[in-house]
Amino acid sequence: MTPILSGIAVSPGVAAGPVAVMAPASSVPEASESIGTKDEEAAAAKAALEAVAGDLAARGATASGAAADVLLAQAMMARDPVLATKVVERIEAGVAGPRAVSDALAEFRKQLEALGGYMAERAADLDDLRDRVVARLLGLPMPGLPVRDFPYVLVASDLAPADAATLDPSRVLAIVTEEGSPTSHTAILAKALGVPAVVACRGAGALTDGITVLVDGRAGQVTVAPADVLIEAAMKAEDLRRAAAARASGPGHTADGHPVKLLVNLGTARETHAAAAADSEGVGLFRTEFLFLDRAEAPSQAEQRDVYRRVFDAFAGREVVVRTLDAGADKPLRFATQSAEPNPALGVRGLRTARRLPELLATQLAALADAASGSRADVWVMAPMVSTAGEAETFAAQAHEHGLGMAGVMVEVPAAVLRASSLAAVCDFFSLGTNDLAQYAMAADRTLGELADLLDPWQPAVLELVRMAAEAGAAANKPVGVCGESASDPLMALVLTGLGVTSLSMAPVSLPGVRAALAQYSLETCVQMAGRALSAADAAQARSAVQALARD
Amino acid sequence: MTERRVIVGSRVGLHARPASLFVQAASRQSVSVTIAKDGADPVDARSILSVIGLGAACGDEVILSADGEGAEVALDELAALVASDLDSEAG
Repeated sequence: MTPILSGIAVSPGVAAGPVAVMAPASSVPEASESIGTKDEEAAAAKAALEAVAGDLAARGATASGAAADVLLAQAMMARDPVLATKVVERIEAGVAGPRAVSDALAEFRKQLEALGGYMAERAADLDDLRDRVVARLLGLPMPGLPVRDFPYVLVASDLAPADAATLDPSRVLAIVTEEGSPTSHTAILAKALGVPAVVACRGAGALTDGITVLVDGRAGQVTVAPADVLIEAAMKAEDLRRAAAARASGPGHTADGHPVKLLVNLGTARETHAAAAADSEGVGLFRTEFLFLDRAEAPSQAEQRDVYRRVFDAFAGREVVVRTLDAGADKPLRFATQSAEPNPALGVRGLRTARRLPELLATQLAALADAASGSRADVWVMAPMVSTAGEAETFAAQAHEHGLGMAGVMVEVPAAVLRASSLAAVCDFFSLGTNDLAQYAMAADRTLGELADLLDPWQPAVLELVRMAAEAGAAANKPVGVCGESASDPLMALVLTGLGVTSLSMAPVSLPGVRAALAQYSLETCVQMAGRALSAADAAQARSAVQALARD
Repeated sequence: MTERRVIVGSRVGLHARPASLFVQAASRQSVSVTIAKDGADPVDARSILSVIGLGAACGDEVILSADGEGAEVALDELAALVASDLDSEAG
C-alpha cells in the first residue's frame, strides 16, 4: 500500500516530482577536533568564509530585487576583514574553528539586537551565515534551499523568510513542511507564488532525496512513491478543476445569486499591477506596513499620498479597503515599537500605537483622504487591533473628520466580537482577521508550528466568533468581510458565506477556486454547511461534515 | 590624524544598501579609514558588520578619520558619500 502523509493544506494545486530535502542547520559543536595546527585551523576558517562568500555572491548575481540585495550583503559580511581577524584571534587563543566563527558572529549579532527593530531582524542573516560557514568547516550539507538542475518538491522542517525570498517557483513544484502553520511564512509565500503546499505534515521528516511524491495542496495530502496512474488521475482532476474555475468570472455569488464580494489582499505597492489585473471587485485588505518598515522615520504625508494614489488609480471604479498601520508584534518599527515588551502580540500594536504616537495615525488618515479625494476608487479605511466600542468610535470619528466616508474596524480580538453590536453601532463595517482572531481566541501563538491544530480556521470556537460578528453586522446593516487566510479555502468560503459574511479577501491565485465553489452551491446549502461546522466537535469533524454536504 | 564630521544623509540610515556602498568605497582607499558615532570607539570602515553595528540613523553625526598620505582625498570622498542620500540611487 502506498503511504499517505497528512498535513494542513495551505496552497491549492497538485504536483508530483522528486523530493529535495532542505538540510537543517548543523549545531555548532562546543569543542571539535582541531584539524591541525592553529595556523592550519585559521587557514581553513578563512577559506570557508571565502567559499561561502563566493557562493552567496554567485547566487546574488543571478537573483533579482530584494533577494539579490540580501545575498550580496551576506557575501560582504562573509568577506568582512574585522570578522576574519576576530575569528583568527579566537583560534590563536585555542578555540576550534567552528566555535570561533560562531562566537565572532555572535559578537556582531549582539550589537544588531541591541539596536532593535529592523536591525534586530538582520540578526537572522548572521545566523544563516554562521550555519553556512560551520557546515562548510564540518563538511556537512549546506543549509538553505537545495540547488538542483531539475524541478523538485521542496521538503523542509520550515522555511525562513530568507529562504522564502530566494525560492524560484519555476524550480519548486510543491512545498511540504513538517512544521509551520496556515499563517506561517511558508503558507503565505506558497500561495502568493501559486505553488501547492502542505504544512504541519507529520512524517515529512522521513522523506529522502529523490523519492517521488504526489502533493495535493487542496486535500493536504502527500502520497509517497505513487503509481503513475495515480499521478495521472490527480493531475487530470486538477486540470478539470482549474478549467471549471477559469470558466467562472465576474462578481462573486452563490448558485442562487446571493452576492459575496470577492476581493484581493495587497501587501506591497509592487504587487499592485498583478493584483489589479486579477478578476476581483477590489482590495479587501491593503496592508500599509511596507511603507513604514525598514526606515528610521515615518514617511511624510506627501510620500504616503503618492503611494496610496497609485494604488487607488490602479483600482479606479473598484473598492479599496485600507488598513491603517499595523505596527508591533511581528512587525516592529524603529520609530514606533517599544523594543522590550514581554508579550508583543498582546502589546502596543495596531491602533494601540496611536496612544503613543497619535500624529502617526493622523498623518496617515490625512494622506489617505488626500489620495482618495482625487481618485475614482471607493476608499474605505479600517483600524487593526480594536478591542472596545470606544476605540472603534474614536477611530471612525477621526476618519470621518478627514472626509473618509467608510470607516470600519478589524475584528481580531475576541472582546470586539463579544461586544460586536456596540461596535457595529459606531463604525461602518467589520473585517475579520481570522488569523489573529484564532490566535487570541485559542490562546495559541501564530508562529508555533507545534500548535497549528489549535490555529486551524475550522476550529468551531473560531467559527462561532465569526457567526457572532456577522450577525451583529447584519443586524446593524453593516458589511462584514473576512480578510484572513481562511477566506482563500473554497470549502471554508462556503461556510463563511453561510455564517453571514458579505465579502472575502484573499491572494489573487485563490480567487478562481473560491468563485467557482460559491457558484456551485445555494445560500441555503451554505447556511446548512455553517450549521454543521458549528455543531462539530472539533476542526477535523467540522471540515469533514462540510465536505460530506458538498459532495451530496 | 585627519577627521571629518558628517551628518548621515541617507533616509534609511547607514545600513542595508547605503552601508554596502560606503564599505565598498572605503575598501578602495589607499589608507585605512575609521568611522565612529557618539564618542564610541571608532571602527574599521571596511567592515560591513562594524559599520551597520553603529546603528547610524539619518541625521546622526559620524566622525571619519584617517592618517597618512591620501587621507584628505579619501576622507573627502567618503564624507560626500555619507552625506548624500545613497538610497536614492537604488532606483
